[in-house]
Amino acid sequence: MAQEPILTARGLVKRYGRVTALDHADFDLYPGEILAVIGDNGAGKSSMIKAISGAVTPDEGEIRLEGQPVHFRSPMDARAAGIETVYQNLALSPALSIADNMFLGREIRKQGLFGKLFRTLDRAAMEKMARSKLSELGLMTIQNINQAVETLSGGQRQGVAVARAAAFGSKVVIMDEPTAALGVKESRRVLELILDVRRRGLPIVLISHNMPHVFEVADRIHIHRLGKRLCVINPKEHTMSDAVAFMTGAKTPPGEAIAA
Amino acid sequence: MAEPNTAAQPSQEFEKVLVNSSTEVASFDTHDKTALQKIQHFLHSTPAAVPFVVLVAAILVFGLAIGGRFFSSYTLTLILQQIAVVGMLGAAQTLVILTAGIDLSIGVIMVISAVVMGNCAVSYGLPAPLAVAAGFAVGGACGLLNGLLVSRLKLPPFIVTLGTWYVIMATNFIYSENATIREADVTAVTQWLHVFGVNFKVGSAVLTLGVVAMVALVLGLWYALNHTAWGRHLYAVGDDPEAAKLSGIRVGKVLLSAYTIAGLIAALAAWVSIGRNGSISPSAAVTDYNLQAITAAVIGGISLFGGRGSILGTLIGAMIVGVVSMGLNMLGADPQWKVFLTGVLIISAVAIDQWIRKVAA
Ligand SMILES: Nc1ncnc2c1ncn2[C@@H]1O[C@H](COP(=O)(O)OP(=O)(O)O)[C@@H](O)[C@H]1O
Ligand SMILES: [Mg+2]
Repeated sequence: MAQEPILTARGLVKRYGRVTALDHADFDLYPGEILAVIGDNGAGKSSMIKAISGAVTPDEGEIRLEGQPVHFRSPMDARAAGIETVYQNLALSPALSIADNMFLGREIRKQGLFGKLFRTLDRAAMEKMARSKLSELGLMTIQNINQAVETLSGGQRQGVAVARAAAFGSKVVIMDEPTAALGVKESRRVLELILDVRRRGLPIVLISHNMPHVFEVADRIHIHRLGKRLCVINPKEHTMSDAVAFMTGAKTPPGEAIAA
Repeated sequence: MAEPNTAAQPSQEFEKVLVNSSTEVASFDTHDKTALQKIQHFLHSTPAAVPFVVLVAAILVFGLAIGGRFFSSYTLTLILQQIAVVGMLGAAQTLVILTAGIDLSIGVIMVISAVVMGNCAVSYGLPAPLAVAAGFAVGGACGLLNGLLVSRLKLPPFIVTLGTWYVIMATNFIYSENATIREADVTAVTQWLHVFGVNFKVGSAVLTLGVVAMVALVLGLWYALNHTAWGRHLYAVGDDPEAAKLSGIRVGKVLLSAYTIAGLIAALAAWVSIGRNGSISPSAAVTDYNLQAITAAVIGGISLFGGRGSILGTLIGAMIVGVVSMGLNMLGADPQWKVFLTGVLIISAVAIDQWIRKVAA
């Protein structure tokens, strides 16, 4: 690929006590692409995502965004740098409203005296923006944006989480198994959202176990095994059974894929 | 809701049938609810509604049993005076409970703050503003200690505050030598320590500045909890700390602020209690203020699991206890009935909370 990667990681190591979740993992994401990350349960996919998005600090390794080394100490740092993540467990606060959740940690304050002195939230502005972001992604005609998230169905919650990431991500959007808990129809909807986000020029990292979906939307597939990147394959050149064979260790990937 | 099918054509074989399926995907409130579910949803979004209904019912029941005397603004404002201190401690407790914690030390923090204020003014001869500031410093420091132990060492709040409860109580007795500071001695050096005892009339209602302070405190906290980012973060942390952290909230800082502010509010309650009691007694440390504060919060619908409830509910919870105790008192009942009823109310409140939390999508 001629372009420079927008986000890279080299030699990431993360240990949890005796478990080595990441064992010198590498990672490359190129501008405008959908990079799927697949791997067995426990391969370290979520750990890699968390290291890249600031949710955990890697024990070793280097992360670069647009060529510059970055050291995120919290998800806030990564978000400030333009990396938005939909975590496997969603990271929504169930009792808070849709609007509150969308702006959690980056609330808008009122202009002028009230905002400065009393730090008053600009509820109206946040609700308006939340509503427009949700409908922009074709998600709804919500009557009640102040509804608690726990009163929504799984697909609706996922929609809110994806909309939040899409609305605020300026450089990279990462999604960790966004369709794992969803039905067929709801998964399809989330997949459309992902394609929508790419159309707007944002590169996406998609972790998924759903091979048909991965092969449908991904430009490249990063196969993770035993805490590191095993290889990267082009979905047009390999079959789903190849991918599954590589990821489970049943088959050794071709040399050029490992170099990628 | 029927939305236009904006989705591209499904490209997986097994999804082809979706084209003809219903397109209602992400609409809200689509299914009909039973009346009971509607109530459940209403209570879910309006957590202070249950205690409010209970309060109105309690006032009506005692009003009918006792007659006009009970409805007099004199009686009703007397109740407010009696709950001012517990209402404030309940507000402090609410901040901590909203983070899914508990503060068992809140009562003794108040007592030690009052003792420090009194000693500074009377024994050390400090000017009143400095004496008050010293009390706030002690209250804030105790809260900070709780907050550091909970947020930095990640110890369970129940254990931390059980420990600091004993430590602060003992410190209070050792430091004060359990000597009561008499009202006359305080009055001789300053009026300021009694300022919250000053009362004024509105019609036939008698209000103290302590009551005004309590109501102002609760309204101020209500504003902060609902209209500032800090308040939303407090709810988020209590609701699901992991999700809050991944959303970029600095969970440790939020916890630290909740316990510290609770300590500062306890110091304010100390000042108000000096105004109400006149004298300052270290032995007040054995009073179960912390349990009364938890009771007000729980009866007011604050969930002990964190993240749910309105601080207005705590005020109402304190008022319910005040109304019940005043009503039974006027009826000449055994005061133990108040204790009995409080227990029943606590269990009912938690049962209702559990039911509300099961609200379905
Ligand atoms: N917070 C944690 N504490 C201890 N072990 C963990 C933690 N998070 C992940 N692990 C372990 O690290 C390994 C990789 O997990 P994870 O990154 O979640 O894998 P994946 O997302 O690919 O299923 C697993 O063995 C898992 O048990
Ligand atoms: Mg995972």
